[in-house]
Parts: sequence; C-alpha cells; structure tokens
Amino acid sequence: MITLSHYLILAAILFSISIAGIFLNRKNIIIILMSIELMLLAVNINFVAFSHFLGDLSGQIFVFFILTVAAAEAAIGLAILVVLFRNLNTINVDDIGEMRG
Amino acid sequence: MDFQLLDLYTLAPEIFLLMGVSVILLLDLFISEKRRNVTFFLSLIVLIITSILPWLFYDAEPRVIMNGLIVSDALGAALKSFLCVLIAVGLVYSKNYLLPRGLHRGEYFSLTLFAALGMMVMISSNHFLSLYLGLELLSLSLYAMVALQRDSGRSSEAAIKYFILGAIASGMLLYGMSMIYGATGNLNIEAIVFAILTGDADSTLLRLGVVFLIVGIGFKLGAVPFHMWVPDVYQGSPTSVTLLIGTAPKIAAFAFVLRLLAEALGHPSLHQDWSQMLTVLAVASLVIGNVVAIAQTNFKRMLAYSTIAHMGFLLVGFMTGSITGYSASLFYVLTYVLMALGGFGVILLLARDGFEAEELSDLSGLSQSNPWCAFLLMIILFSMAGIPPTVGFWAKLFVIQAIVDLGYVGLAVLAVMASLVGAFYYLRVVKIMYFDANESSDATVTYRTGLAIFGVNGLLLLGLGLFPGWLLSLCESLIESSVRTF
Repeated sequence: MITLSHYLILAAILFSISIAGIFLNRKNIIIILMSIELMLLAVNINFVAFSHFLGDLSGQIFVFFILTVAAAEAAIGLAILVVLFRNLNTINVDDIGEMRG
Repeated sequence: MDFQLLDLYTLAPEIFLLMGVSVILLLDLFISEKRRNVTFFLSLIVLIITSILPWLFYDAEPRVIMNGLIVSDALGAALKSFLCVLIAVGLVYSKNYLLPRGLHRGEYFSLTLFAALGMMVMISSNHFLSLYLGLELLSLSLYAMVALQRDSGRSSEAAIKYFILGAIASGMLLYGMSMIYGATGNLNIEAIVFAILTGDADSTLLRLGVVFLIVGIGFKLGAVPFHMWVPDVYQGSPTSVTLLIGTAPKIAAFAFVLRLLAEALGHPSLHQDWSQMLTVLAVASLVIGNVVAIAQTNFKRMLAYSTIAHMGFLLVGFMTGSITGYSASLFYVLTYVLMALGGFGVILLLARDGFEAEELSDLSGLSQSNPWCAFLLMIILFSMAGIPPTVGFWAKLFVIQAIVDLGYVGLAVLAVMASLVGAFYYLRVVKIMYFDANESSDATVTYRTGLAIFGVNGLLLLGLGLFPGWLLSLCESLIESSVRTF
C-alpha cells in the first residue's frame, strides 16, 4: 500500500537531488536549469499527493500554475543562457565570475 | 460562487495597469525609433493613473474578494499607490541613461510595468497562489530586464546569477507552501489561520514549511546567508535596472513577508519559531552587510552591501511580531526606498555615453564641479547612515525602540554597533566628494528634469527627518487597520 509518506519521501529525495545538482555541479549551466525544473517537479509531487490524501482540489490547481510558470521560467533561463554564451563563449560554471568580492 | 461586479471595481488599479501595458506593448510596434518618447510618456501616464486608482476604491476594513484570492485594505492601497509613483520617478531618472545605451525601447517600459503589476498582486494577495504568481511575474520581468543590455558580458553574468538564485528561492518557497498546504489543507490565508487556531494543523509539517518559507524569503530579501546574488546583480545590471531592483520590490517584499508570516503564520506558537530564525538572518545581515561594504570600491556594489544591512534592520523590526515592530519596519522600508532611489538616481544623472560613474573615485571633486548634487548626495548618505536630522535616523530609532520595549536589549546594542560601522563607509563617500581632488573629468549634469527630481528626493529626506511624526502615525494606523494579527 502506497501511503502519503511514500510520496513525501520521493518528493524530498527529488528535491535534495536538485539542490545537490545546483550546488555541487561545477561544469555546465544547463545542468543547473535541469535541476531547477526537477525542484519544481518535486514540489508538484508534494502538492498532488497532499491534494489527493486531503481530498481537496486546490493543490492540483496550484500544480497547473506551477507547470505554466516553470515553462515561462525555462524560456527566460534559456534566453539568458544564449545571451551569456554569445558574450563569454562559455557556459562553464567556473568561468563565470568576473565580479567578485 | 458569486462573482460580484463590485470586486472588479476594487481590482481597478491592476486591471487598468494590465490593459495599459497591453496597449503600450502593441502601440510600440507602430512607433518609429525617433518617436520612442511616446512609449515613455504613455508608461508614465499609465503609472500615474494607476497610483490614483487605489484611493478611489479602497476599503478601510480588510475585505476579501475574488473567492479569497485578493484582500483589499488600506495598507494595500497605500503601498500600491506609493509603488507606482516610485517606479514613475525611477523612469524619469533613467531617461537620459537609457538613450545612449540602446535601452530606450518598448520592451524596457512594458517589462517595468509588468513588474509593477506583479508587485501589486503580491501586495494585496490573500492566497498562496496569488502570492506566488505575483512574485513570479515580478521576478521573470526583472530577470529579463537585467539581461536587456545584450552586448554586455557583465549584465548577462548578473542575469544568469539572478535567475538561478531566484529560481532556487521560488523552489524553496513553493516547497514550504506545499508543506503548509499539507498541514492545514488550505491555501487561503484566512483558512490557514483558522486551521492553526483550531489545532487541526499538523505541527511538525507546519514547522518544516515555515523553515522553507524563511529560506525563500531570505533569498528574495537578500538577507545573509542568502545574499550572494545581491552584490553581483546590483553591480552587473544597467544602473536603471539596479534602481528598479533596489527600490520598489523591497516594498512588495515587505508586504509579502507581512502576508505570509504576520497574517498566515502569526500564531504565537509559530511566531516563536520564525522570529528566532529571522533574528539570526537579521544579525548576520547587519554584520556582514556593513563590514563587507567597507572593502568596496564600486559605488553600486557598496550600495548593494548597504541594502543587505538595511534588510537586516527591516527583519529586526519584523521579528518582534508586534504592531509597533511592523509599523517601525514599514516606516523603515518606505524611507529606505527613498534613499535608495536617490542613491542610484545620482549615478544615473552623472553617467554619460561611455561613462558609468559607478566607481567611488568617479565622485571625487563633485563638490567643486557640482555642489548641488554633492549636497543632496550627502543628505542621502547621512540618511542611510542614520545621522540626524535626516529621516534615516528616525527609521533606525523607531525599530530600535520597538525591540527595546519588548526586552531585546542585546539585539538593539548590536544593531547600533553595526550602524556605527556602516557610518564609516557612508562618510568615506562624503569625504571623497568634498575633500578629494578631481582627477578625471567634470561631472556636469545636463538633464534638468532629473536634477529637479533629485532635488525633491533629497530635500524630502531632510523634510521627513524634521517632521517624522505624521509618517509614523500613518504607518501605525495602516498596520493596525490592515494586519489581522492574533
């Protein structure tokens, strides 16, 4: 029997993977963008699971909005990435640090 | 599910602004490059009308509309109106900066107005969904604006940093919201309050949610240890965008924190938890912000660290969880944005084609080449440092008074010491302006309108410092009438 806590643990694991992906990754900004998407999906699992077990629909409606915003966010993120690549000719995380202090 | 016509009247400012942006966005396509001023003036007109509308339809008592998504109250009306005026003044400051940098385009103005719309939704939300959507509308517009100067490596670097850390913050906030939804079974702020009061809410889940919310709020406000993006974004963005990021969103963030923490999670048992976390953030921000600012040579970066320190002060007032604390914080944020407006405004005025005026050394000898500008900037810096008779002194005093009344003497002492450290780097700028010889170019300002606005801005800080009483009583009455505390 799959209970609420199973879903919550799955979401927590996905969320942790995404955080690790953002902070440990030293190679590629695209991986960071993927991690951000994963983070939002982990939240979606949380919302849907709660919504189902509470018998309340508003959580699932919230998920629709999160998905839409995530799409817009990915569009802007990739656009910024293209601008960055044109200027610096790299998307390596370690090479992006002109401003420090 | 009744959909009353009256609700739409209450939403008039938002609806008008949305229609205005859509019209501007379309109209701009048919305007030739030479007549781009039309877009600029239309944006100003839309903002000014939007700033009047909240006063025509506001409710003295909080009234929940749109099936619980939006709350209409006096605080919301006041903040929305102030916010629109602030953004309009920011646009006037930026006019001559935008032209030579190729930023004087329709996108710039429509993105500014969309950001304003997002902030207005945040200010009057009564539901996690509207809070989140308002926040994202604001953030997505700002990410795009930071990257708008497409040929600048610095601004695209700033944009990607802002984007990534902003997205993490949204993720954290959403995770926290999902936990609170799970604990209380509701997304509506009033229903959440009810669930917590009746004891239906699962307290472990609720606390977990609060932790994630605080992390998200910390990121958005730029409080230490979630401040990494602030200096880079402030330095890397075009100065006009820095001005926008450094002013109006702080007001929206204040309202956001007020709705989330004070209204939804203000129950004494939860307040204990979040006030401790906020205290840690506040202390770290005050110390790190003020100390690291000393080492900066770039004026914009220095102001970024000073923002971090000011956000620390804001959180100090907030952690008390009392009406006096919230009013002191409101007073602080309202006066702080006026100082930030002037601080970034002067960089915009001094900048020319090919000269950014953003290094501290660029200000040397300003008192000889432009005594009026130097005097006004001195007032602004004194106000940031908290030296009487400027309004910054009262802002700090009210916050400290609020926490001393509740017995947090140690925190008050620390806040004062941090401000003393802060006074050093503000006064250093004054020293550079008045006592350092002018090495490089002259700092003439040809933009008359900007100079006039700058004069009003600086003298307003002095005037409010001489008569702070009415603003404080206004803040107190707004908080008392609008915040539904326990």
